[in-house]
Amino acid sequence: MSALLQVRDVSKSFGAVAAVQGVSFALEPGEAHALVGENGAGKSTIVKMLAGVHRPDTGTLLVDGEEVTFTGPADAKAAGIAVIYQEPTLFPDLSVAENIAMGNQPLTRLRQIDRRTMNANATRLFARLGVQIDPTRPARGLSIADQQLVEIAKALSSQARVLIMDEPTAALSGVEVDRLFAVTRALRDEGAAIMFISHRFEEITALCQRVTIMRDGKHVCTEPVSDLSVDDMIRRMVGRDLSALYPKQDATIGETVLRVEGLNRAGVFRDISFEVKAGEIVALAGLVGAGRSEVMQAVFGVDKYDSGTVTFLGKKLKGGNPRASMAAGMGLVPEDRRQQGLVMELSIERNVTLPRSRALAKLGLLFGGSERREAAEWTKQLQTKFGRLSDPVGTLSGGNQQKVVLAKWLATSPKLLIVDEPTRGIDVGTKAEVHRLLSSLAARGLAVVMVSSELPEVLGMADRIVVLREGHIAAQLTREEATEESVMYAAMGQS
Amino acid sequence: MSDASVSPRSFRGGLGKLASWDGIIILLTVVVIVAASLGVPNFGTSRNFTFLILDLMPIVLVALPMTLIIVTGEIDLSVASILGLASSLMGWFWNNGLSIETIIPLVIVIGAVLGAINGFLVNALGLPSLAVTIGTLALYRGLAFVVLGDGAVADFPFDYTGWVTGTIGGGSVPNVLIPIVALAIVFGIVLHATPFGRSLYAIGANDQAAHFAGIRVARTKFWLYVASGAVAALVGILWTLRYSSARADNGSGLELAVVAAVLLGGVSIFGGKGNLPGVLAGVVLLAALQNALRLQDVSGQALNIVTGTLLVLSVLLPNIVSSIRTSRQRRKLRQAATS
Repeated sequence: MSALLQVRDVSKSFGAVAAVQGVSFALEPGEAHALVGENGAGKSTIVKMLAGVHRPDTGTLLVDGEEVTFTGPADAKAAGIAVIYQEPTLFPDLSVAENIAMGNQPLTRLRQIDRRTMNANATRLFARLGVQIDPTRPARGLSIADQQLVEIAKALSSQARVLIMDEPTAALSGVEVDRLFAVTRALRDEGAAIMFISHRFEEITALCQRVTIMRDGKHVCTEPVSDLSVDDMIRRMVGRDLSALYPKQDATIGETVLRVEGLNRAGVFRDISFEVKAGEIVALAGLVGAGRSEVMQAVFGVDKYDSGTVTFLGKKLKGGNPRASMAAGMGLVPEDRRQQGLVMELSIERNVTLPRSRALAKLGLLFGGSERREAAEWTKQLQTKFGRLSDPVGTLSGGNQQKVVLAKWLATSPKLLIVDEPTRGIDVGTKAEVHRLLSSLAARGLAVVMVSSELPEVLGMADRIVVLREGHIAAQLTREEATEESVMYAAMGQS
Repeated sequence: MSDASVSPRSFRGGLGKLASWDGIIILLTVVVIVAASLGVPNFGTSRNFTFLILDLMPIVLVALPMTLIIVTGEIDLSVASILGLASSLMGWFWNNGLSIETIIPLVIVIGAVLGAINGFLVNALGLPSLAVTIGTLALYRGLAFVVLGDGAVADFPFDYTGWVTGTIGGGSVPNVLIPIVALAIVFGIVLHATPFGRSLYAIGANDQAAHFAGIRVARTKFWLYVASGAVAALVGILWTLRYSSARADNGSGLELAVVAAVLLGGVSIFGGKGNLPGVLAGVVLLAALQNALRLQDVSGQALNIVTGTLLVLSVLLPNIVSSIRTSRQRRKLRQAATS
């Protein structure tokens, strides 16, 4: 058996940071190969080198045993390598079929685009994948899951034999994950090589035959998945034993901090009422699209709502004013770190102190390093790893970026912290740290609302669980009542 | 004397810092001024210095609020038309018997209102600033001609026209350097040392994240347009007094020189990056170059060619510099790996 794709002793540095050092592995035809590691372990860099975005500093890539040099993504595509990103990048105003045929459109004899063949090709590809998407509809409005399937169809249309999937399931619901896996298995069985990157171990064991583990830019091991338990994988990823992923501390539940009554927003959520007390962690569970983030963004004020009341520390909040919510003692760690949580181009210290810059100014002026001191203190408390505080926050790994977002809000000394998918896309080690932090904050009397799509996280961390389904509250469960089944049933509308 | 401070390593570090864009521009500005002083007759004279400052006055003043606007990722192309309308109004008010002491504050307030209209269209209605201010560029200039027609008003009191063209104590430092320095300090502090300034960078780099951090994005940008309008009107007044001539076409085309200077100074047209010292250097570079060429009897068209070329280079060069840097780094790593 000869490998479709071989990575041989590859290294890549960005400035002083060695992102990947001497990594080697091979993808065989007909295998699904998992690539795992903590955030910052170098997985994304590997993906970008295979996609032709970055060039390795040293080492070689071999396709079908022959050495290749990619000068750009087009070369990687020509070599039969296709990458499916977590968030696909389709042209929203073009039709699905046009997206699939992009750069490779079938032509009529008059050198016009042959729409009929193009649509027929798309239909044929979808039939092969066993999914139903109308090829003539515009890509705008497709769910992320459907967009990924379109990307896969596009990869197939360009005869890709190596499919690299970079955390494709992060934004998918359970049913969508199952469908994606069915498609992926079919491709694998047809002889394609799949490289699958995920933080969810149950997905790796369900889909992959072999796993390559990376740590700190280095290759740890490549072994059959069946030979490793989840504990083994975690231990090799972090290089140490994990005490517990969900260290829930006992907290004294205090006064009601937040009371939401009858909150409505047309077409998004309706009749939302719940309370959060000091020292309590309340989880908002539900499927993607159930309206959890939307509810909390309306409570915080970055979105508007039509009717209902939000009472915070005994005072009614006016809607649509995040500045007033902040001043009253509310913080929101948003779902989308890159777009909402951080300003990637700005430095770490500017990001940490952004909501606080008014409070840090003396006579309206920011002189004398008050921002730097504050940022240094909070990044230290959260054990954030970085080069210098003046580095752009975009240079940090996902986990450390999340710590910067947390630092930014903890610095405002909130009474209520809303965390939306606090551990999405961050590594196991940092995940446990974030959980420990939330737990200890609650123990010190902070009220926490956590939106999470990860059931183990919801069950492990929450004192109370509010389950949303299609924009309304389907169930409120105590910690004792909650099981994976009871939450899932409520979320999916079965009983 | 310590030798450590001139070790090769720290030397390279110093070069690395200078190799940033504003470093290059500041260096280039110094080079141009020194070369012109040596090579161009009359460039280094104190009389020419006075004219140089008077010539760059409109660009540098309008560039101050423009820098803040471009840092937020927006643009205001109507500034030269506000300048022209302010000049027209000044002449019209003067003809109608208002005193100059009434006219000056009145025109500045009208400028602020014109800026507020831009700000309202861009921020309350969410229209793209490029389109809005191209529209008001035509609209405000049109109004300027409605107000004053093709004529000119020239009989402004000498106390004022003389002050604008005069120098401090009769020396070589022109009086207008006082408002230039004062406003540059004010805008510099606002941009670089206030929470408001911090929020401008956040808005320019990612307005959604800024909104999530409690920054009032639309309101913040609205006030920048108001400031831009007020400053443009002030420059309209100074311009009118300098030439003792209120005309509807005063300052036409100035917006391009201003945007060129701001971009040349290292401000990113996409927002989120740039600083005021770089912009000031950009203005001085542009003005010194034009001044030197004009002393050499180079024609106006050729001056436009220089401005245009500099603008293209200012966008092109930072990219080339950074790609050279990365490729050099890669080569070094390869050598290190093979040896």
